Amino acid sequence: MTAPELDHTRPMPQQEATPGPMGGVLEGVDVSCWFGARKVLEGVNIKMDAGVVTALIGPSGCGKSTFLRTLNRMHELVPIASLAGSVLLDGHDIYGVGLRLTEVRRRIGMVFQKPNPFPAMTIADNVAAGLKLTGKKVSDRDGLIETSLRRAGLWNEVRNRLDAPAGGLSGGQQQRLCIARSLAVSPDILLMDEPCSALDPTSTRRIEETIHELKDQVTIIIVTHNMQQAQRVSQHCAFFLAAENEPGRVVEQGPTEQIFSDPHDPRTADYVNGRFG
Amino acid sequence: MAESAGALAASFFLTWLIFNRLLPFRIMPLAFFVIWFVLFLPIYWFVIKDGQGATAAKDRLATAFVIAGAMFTFVPIVTVVAYVLFRGLKSLRPNFFTETMQVVGPLAKATEGGAIHSIIGTLEQLALATIIAVPLGVLTAVYLSEIKGPLARPVRLVADAMTALPSIVAGLFIFSLFIKPHIFTQSGLLGAFALSILMLPTVTITAEQVLRVVPGSLREAALALGAPYWRSVLMVVLPTARAGLSTAVILGMARVVGETAPVLMTTGGTTALNTNPFSGFQDNLPLFVFAQIRSSQDSQVDRGWTGALILLVVVLLLFILARVIGSAKPGQRRFRIPVPGRGRRRSGR
Repeated sequence: MTAPELDHTRPMPQQEATPGPMGGVLEGVDVSCWFGARKVLEGVNIKMDAGVVTALIGPSGCGKSTFLRTLNRMHELVPIASLAGSVLLDGHDIYGVGLRLTEVRRRIGMVFQKPNPFPAMTIADNVAAGLKLTGKKVSDRDGLIETSLRRAGLWNEVRNRLDAPAGGLSGGQQQRLCIARSLAVSPDILLMDEPCSALDPTSTRRIEETIHELKDQVTIIIVTHNMQQAQRVSQHCAFFLAAENEPGRVVEQGPTEQIFSDPHDPRTADYVNGRFG
Repeated sequence: MAESAGALAASFFLTWLIFNRLLPFRIMPLAFFVIWFVLFLPIYWFVIKDGQGATAAKDRLATAFVIAGAMFTFVPIVTVVAYVLFRGLKSLRPNFFTETMQVVGPLAKATEGGAIHSIIGTLEQLALATIIAVPLGVLTAVYLSEIKGPLARPVRLVADAMTALPSIVAGLFIFSLFIKPHIFTQSGLLGAFALSILMLPTVTITAEQVLRVVPGSLREAALALGAPYWRSVLMVVLPTARAGLSTAVILGMARVVGETAPVLMTTGGTTALNTNPFSGFQDNLPLFVFAQIRSSQDSQVDRGWTGALILLVVVLLLFILARVIGSAKPGQRRFRIPVPGRGRRRSGR
């Protein structure tokens, strides 16, 4: 295993002094996707930089979730799915021979639309599940659990009931637990697939705060339907659109501010101003 | 309520009149109940129709039919259990659990002797059959629901067909495989082989259904953490389905614990205590009942009923256990195995 040692001594956000952005650079090069014979995504080129939160926006069925799932090879779990183009993690193709599938998924974590903590495990076991599942041992398991929960902004709420079943947490807490679980394996990238769509406004705000605190430590890519959320959390933004019976394409991408205030493409302007989608 | 009671009473007396005063001969007592029910329906109909109209009468009549149907299925079960209890308790003494039949003659009283050799045989054979069938069954279920290989369809078909396998065939199979060619003589282990053949499809099919309801999102979550597929199955899918899997195992056990035909051909049967299932003839509870109840001596028949009662209790306990484990909520570790050092973290902070 050529995996780097798990770095759980990483400083906590509030203690950090002028850090450079950590995390990796992810780049999709000419990515196209098919489900069976149906092409759902065509020629997507996006560079997702470290220290920058990239938001993928667009109406339903435009392929943004599919694109997100190609970034950590979850796309290929669908038996009929296929893919063209390449995805580069710090310059190495994640679909190439140099990187193992499990290593790719460990370095590129994912948080799903619906909170999915493991119901058969306690809160602490959930956080440490990634270690067990990847067969890694750490000396300071408790320390890692605390660090991960702190980074996900959940520590203070669950510190006294780490041995309670994870199913007893509220939806928002479960989602932050899932974030903590993803962070515990020290990913370079964190993909978030509409992480707030099943949550109430307060929980949404907590998740967004968490994203703000994390963005210097891991590269975050977030799919969202909520345009205000994209404006609040992201610095880079890509707008996906699929015309009828055509694959999805990136219509426009750039700094979030420019996309929302001064879009070049009239379709982007229509979408961000809520005229369709 | 009053209407149905009145209608029941009226039809009862009418039936009594027909049977005891009008009919010139006696017929089966069962016919009494049939005529009673048949007379009850029109009387009930007219009573309700007179008081509350035709719609209400139809409704009540349908209710009466449903209740009668429920009782029709429920009564035999209750009767069987009650009769076994009645016959079995008569000669049940504590020595039934401590003595064997080795020195008990055919003319001894029903309260003499015991079935400890059969109880131990049943428990050992059931344990061995479980040890053989459960890993195979659960692994097959994992293959069917997780791996979904090209053989999944034929395997599922065979498993479905095997649930209908006559139990004597399982006994014959083991008999002709090992005992007829003189490879092994009858023993508890061979009985366990035969039982495991019957247990396998039940465990497989139940376990597959249990694994299928584990949400796909949990598998995705495990894979997204960088887990190899086998680890995600072993550490996420199977533990999540733990309660259901326990139920599957116990249902399989309850399925075979009362089987007579397969053990009849494979364990030999004996009246002496043999605690070693790997060599020598062994008895078990169904065989004990079978041997005792065939006798022409009433005392032995009574002893057989006691054996049947114990067997019934074992099955009942297994089903209760299945229900208790099956209803345990996920994460609620009712049957948690204590892990050393787990409590440390809680007390440390």
